[in-house]
Amino acid sequence: MAITLSGDQAMPSPPLSSRLTPAQVWGIVLLAPYLLVFLAFVVYPVGYGLWLARAPENYVALYNDPIFARAAVNTLIFLVIGINIKMLIALFLSGFFAQQRTWIKWLSVIFILPWAVPSIPTILSVRFMLNPEWGMVNHLIFTLTGDDGPNWLNDPTVALTMAIAVHIWKSLPFWTLILITGRLAISHDLFEAAEVDGASWWQKFRYITWPSMQTLYVTCTLLSMIWTLGDFNSVYLLTGGGPADLTHVLATLGIRYLRLDQLSLAMASIVCAMPFVLPLVYFMMKRLSR
Amino acid sequence: MKLPTLREVATEARLLLIGIPVFLWTMIPIYHMFLFAISPKEDAFSGKLWPDHPTLHNFSIVFNQQHYFLRDFYVQFWNSTLIAAAVGVMTLFIATAAAFSISRLRVPGGRIVMNLALFTYFIPAAFLAVPMYRTMANYGLLNNHWSLILAMVTIASPYAIWVLKQASDKLPVELDEAAVMDGATTLQIFRLVYLPLMMPSLVAIGTYAVLLAWNEYLYAFLLLSNDREITLPVALGNFLAADDSPWELLMTTGFIYALPPAAIYYAFRRYMVGGLTAGAVKS
Repeated sequence: MAITLSGDQAMPSPPLSSRLTPAQVWGIVLLAPYLLVFLAFVVYPVGYGLWLARAPENYVALYNDPIFARAAVNTLIFLVIGINIKMLIALFLSGFFAQQRTWIKWLSVIFILPWAVPSIPTILSVRFMLNPEWGMVNHLIFTLTGDDGPNWLNDPTVALTMAIAVHIWKSLPFWTLILITGRLAISHDLFEAAEVDGASWWQKFRYITWPSMQTLYVTCTLLSMIWTLGDFNSVYLLTGGGPADLTHVLATLGIRYLRLDQLSLAMASIVCAMPFVLPLVYFMMKRLSR
Repeated sequence: MKLPTLREVATEARLLLIGIPVFLWTMIPIYHMFLFAISPKEDAFSGKLWPDHPTLHNFSIVFNQQHYFLRDFYVQFWNSTLIAAAVGVMTLFIATAAAFSISRLRVPGGRIVMNLALFTYFIPAAFLAVPMYRTMANYGLLNNHWSLILAMVTIASPYAIWVLKQASDKLPVELDEAAVMDGATTLQIFRLVYLPLMMPSLVAIGTYAVLLAWNEYLYAFLLLSNDREITLPVALGNFLAADDSPWELLMTTGFIYALPPAAIYYAFRRYMVGGLTAGAVKS
């Protein structure tokens, strides 16, 4: 090994083009467009952003900004509570949609709509529904009970809950679809055998469905958490971060700093999220590139 | 005719008990948008479930650009179309070339590039938006359609490459070997063997990229601001700037804006569901 290596070094190395086969030359040429995009629009921005966020004063400023702390807590609530509720509903509905009925087939076609249509008109539609004076929700409450409904988006807790609900409305179909695929991959013989043995609904789920789906379920939950960190629309379009900047999440806070021309603060707030994001990303990459 | 047993009725009733709430939950925001689109302003703001006088007047105002917020409707619709089409074409070109190179030609370092792309796929889009905005300013591309096109290509490509690479890996390697035996060049293999076999995945990825670009709000509103350069979603967001926003027109425009992606989705649903769910989470 050592001999061949030194032998190689002693010889003048032939020009690059003659060491590569024509197929490899084409390989490099065909890979080049993506590499250029990657260098110009991922490496450069990320590197530049990190360089802007390097000064420690930024982190002191963030620490002293109550909106940042609130946004971090909101993001955590959004991820830990919101995503887990969404995935549990998706798991439940995947069982419902796996039933062989014509009307359920049609319902599944309609069910995908929130995912297929753009966020902005639908989220704004929900926003007006929740309008305290003219919205449909409070109008219904008044007609049914004679009382005025709450001022939905003016209470930070309710407003954040509504933003989570909008997020679930939008992305539930996608995750349900993926879990349906997982469920349909389970051999039907297992369920028939369980049926013969008189297994209950819960036993079938506990001993057949869950063991074959748990890896997929955990992967989906983690992936959804990573992506939800970047969910700007659900909060921004519904509450705009208000009332009084109390419903911001990290995604909207970064953009808020950006619009206030505080770019280094915006980058610093993103850097603060990295200790949570990078382990998730590392775990997902290990899992996907196996 | 055989009467259903009590047990069958009970099962059906339980399914309906799930199905009806699911239907209402899914449709109410969309129905509400449609309701506003066919309501005169007084009806829309009264909170009724069906307008007293349904009308298409709102659509006529939008299509004739008869409102301050709508004066550039056609230009903005065209911008959205052009940008979505450009993102679709460029993503397909870049991702197909890269997937062919990594999977079929086994280019040295291909695996590293694949991992870098996957890493980009996992960066939350709103986080990348902040440095992307500044980068586009440095490149002098702000307020230029190219900034949004290039940003969306950057976001769409990693997933596209990954799905296409997975699909390429499934094609038998003997195909390429047989073509090489027959004296085919690399480009001929790409054009005559690879592309035809990859068609279903290419349709799925093309649709994915087009919808992603058409639906994008955050990057569009950061990168474009001039009224005649912006896309439809940004124009919809601008409606909110006024205190007395014409919500019935906002919802009408939003409804028109939501129709093409819904139509495209249903037209290519067969490809989308297979191609995207298979790639999204490898189980």
